[in-house]
Amino acid sequence: MRSGRLAVAGAAVLALALSAGCSSGSQESAAPTAAQTSAAGPVTLTYWSWVPNMDKIVAVWNKAHPDIQVNVSKQAGGDDAAAKFLTAAKAGNPPDLIQAEYQMLPSFVAADAVADLTSGTAQVKGEFGEGVWGLVTLGTDAVYAIPQDSGPMMLYYRKDLFEKFGVEVPKTWDEYAEAARAVHKADPKVYLGTFSSKDPGSFAGLAQQAGAQWWSIQGESWKVAIDDAATKKVADYWGGLVKEGVIDDQPYFTPEWNKALNDGTLLTWPSAVWGPGVLSSNAPKGKGKWEIAPLPQWSAGENATGFWGGSSTAVAQKSPNQAAATQFATWLNTDPEALSLLVTEGAVYPAATKGGAALTSAPDYFSNQPDFWQQTAAISATARGFTFGPDVNVTYNAFKDAFDKALQNGSSFSDAVGVMQETTVADMQKSGFQLAR
Amino acid sequence: MRAHRPSGARGAGAAPYLFLAPAVVLFTLFTAVPIVYTAYLSLRRTKVSGLGLGRGARREVFAGLDNYSAALGDGELWAGWLRVLGYGAIVLTVMLGLALLFALLLDSAHVRLARFSRIALFLPYAVPGVVATLLWGFLYLPSVTPLRDLGVDVVLLGPGTVTFSMANIAIWGGTGFNMLVLYTALRAVPRTYYEAARIDGASERHIALRIKIPILMPAIILTTVFSVIATIQVFTEPTALRPLTNTISSTWSPLMKVYRDAFVNGDLYSAAATSIVIAAISLVLSFGFLRVVRDRAFQEG
Repeated sequence: MRSGRLAVAGAAVLALALSAGCSSGSQESAAPTAAQTSAAGPVTLTYWSWVPNMDKIVAVWNKAHPDIQVNVSKQAGGDDAAAKFLTAAKAGNPPDLIQAEYQMLPSFVAADAVADLTSGTAQVKGEFGEGVWGLVTLGTDAVYAIPQDSGPMMLYYRKDLFEKFGVEVPKTWDEYAEAARAVHKADPKVYLGTFSSKDPGSFAGLAQQAGAQWWSIQGESWKVAIDDAATKKVADYWGGLVKEGVIDDQPYFTPEWNKALNDGTLLTWPSAVWGPGVLSSNAPKGKGKWEIAPLPQWSAGENATGFWGGSSTAVAQKSPNQAAATQFATWLNTDPEALSLLVTEGAVYPAATKGGAALTSAPDYFSNQPDFWQQTAAISATARGFTFGPDVNVTYNAFKDAFDKALQNGSSFSDAVGVMQETTVADMQKSGFQLAR
Repeated sequence: MRAHRPSGARGAGAAPYLFLAPAVVLFTLFTAVPIVYTAYLSLRRTKVSGLGLGRGARREVFAGLDNYSAALGDGELWAGWLRVLGYGAIVLTVMLGLALLFALLLDSAHVRLARFSRIALFLPYAVPGVVATLLWGFLYLPSVTPLRDLGVDVVLLGPGTVTFSMANIAIWGGTGFNMLVLYTALRAVPRTYYEAARIDGASERHIALRIKIPILMPAIILTTVFSVIATIQVFTEPTALRPLTNTISSTWSPLMKVYRDAFVNGDLYSAAATSIVIAAISLVLSFGFLRVVRDRAFQEG
């Protein structure tokens, strides 16, 4: 009896100590260690991601870390996943980890859906470039996610058809416009490119290249400048070419677009470094015929590009295992083994500076361009982004509606940019954000 | 004294309530509570202070009727109603017209392959809406459509034609179901009516117009009410077609606007207010229609 009672008391003390250790672990610990998390017993984390083969990458982690098991839940990606995460966070049962696109991160932060990882990531900062790191801190002292990949933009073009039409790779947007006219004149069925009214991310990247700053923080208020001169310049450039009829107006990622890529009636695609994955699945017939070059520039001699897409790994504010989740997110995006898996299995372009080591052989689809990754690295060094605001979803949706309308009515593209600005400002005012005049 | 009390509802004690309980509980849990919660949400909004970053920068506050006045004053919502009205006019007339025609044809004496035709006409209803829309979407897209190879050169997703193309999908999917409802009602009519009519010299056409359609009236009204409600709720077709074309905005139909507000813009509160406005309008429309035709349909005073 006595020993039995003792055992019960001992177990109770132990349980108390464990729970105390556990709670201090999640609240105060600066850098969670394997010892601490194992004391809390095995935990299971849910991770929403749409990186291909993420389950295979996670399997490597799960094997090495029996105490922190990660379950990948495959998502459709992009806007849908973001909306789903915000809804789940509001309902109180979000996943522990989420793939967060850079432009959506401010919305997540504003909705108090993602945790501040500052304490667990002190030593991680050095693994990333300044520009990318700024996207996860939003220019504040906090760290809201760990960068995973980035999407510097470049020009994908059909080398064989450029030769056939006798067109040089355009160095400036003026040359690009000339080439568009020449190609369309030579064969009216062929377009040099298309303007997609369904892909605000692509337009944002082109605006970044021109030097746009859609949002910025001034003290305690937001400055919204979506209709700045740089953005209007980009909009009117494309609007002019579409109106002239030398650039097509069908959206990207549709069956029609796939067909145009496959049968060689679309010759270029200004896109991001993740392009090879899309081209190889949507335009299998073009294998070995495409090459990359830097985006055309606004004036000769310049050297700049923007970002389209790219994402980070964020931890949910409501996750009971933030420390373990941070540990996994850090491993996934900075560990050399994980980085090389991200490249080979997930086909992502890692944001970590060490990631370059894993990029040795060119993607299969671009086997004709052996220096694909060297080119990419050079282009990537010239990329500039901007701060994203807390209601990018509203802005991006306004882009789709306004540019759909502009294409239908043949109205001015810079007016559509004006609609984006008005819609964004109205939404921020309605919510009560402080706006700088 | 108790023995003298007439037996009736009062004498039954708790039993009726017990029988009612499951229905009441289910109704409360799955209909009343969500409606009340929606109404509650529609009276609130988020209030952000400063940059809106960091903890506690975003609060939920009482908004009064602001969300309602915004929903009622939103030109996009009313433009959406207009688009749906045009779409609904096409769908209702063509779909119900075809359904009635097919039901009468199948019921007439001289039809062959009735069983096969019935199943063939009903089959599209079994195809999920999203699948049907994508299927038709591929047929509509200019460069992948086989229509081009047949020499037909029409823009099926242009600003002027997209409503018809969308209505076509709904008609294709809905005709079979409505036909089946009408056909089933027709089969329940005693055959002696037709014999009497034939003895009086009525042709098949006369029987259809003078006997079958009047008898079918309640069923026609039922299918019309269902179709009106389905039209007001149109969402699947435009949403699934939207990525393929520039002509469908994110607020093409009222329900699409609710979806956009709630899940794209993250504003559950104004989405809730708009939902309630839509529910009110669809109640008024369906009950209004029923009221207008009640006398004819159900022989009520």
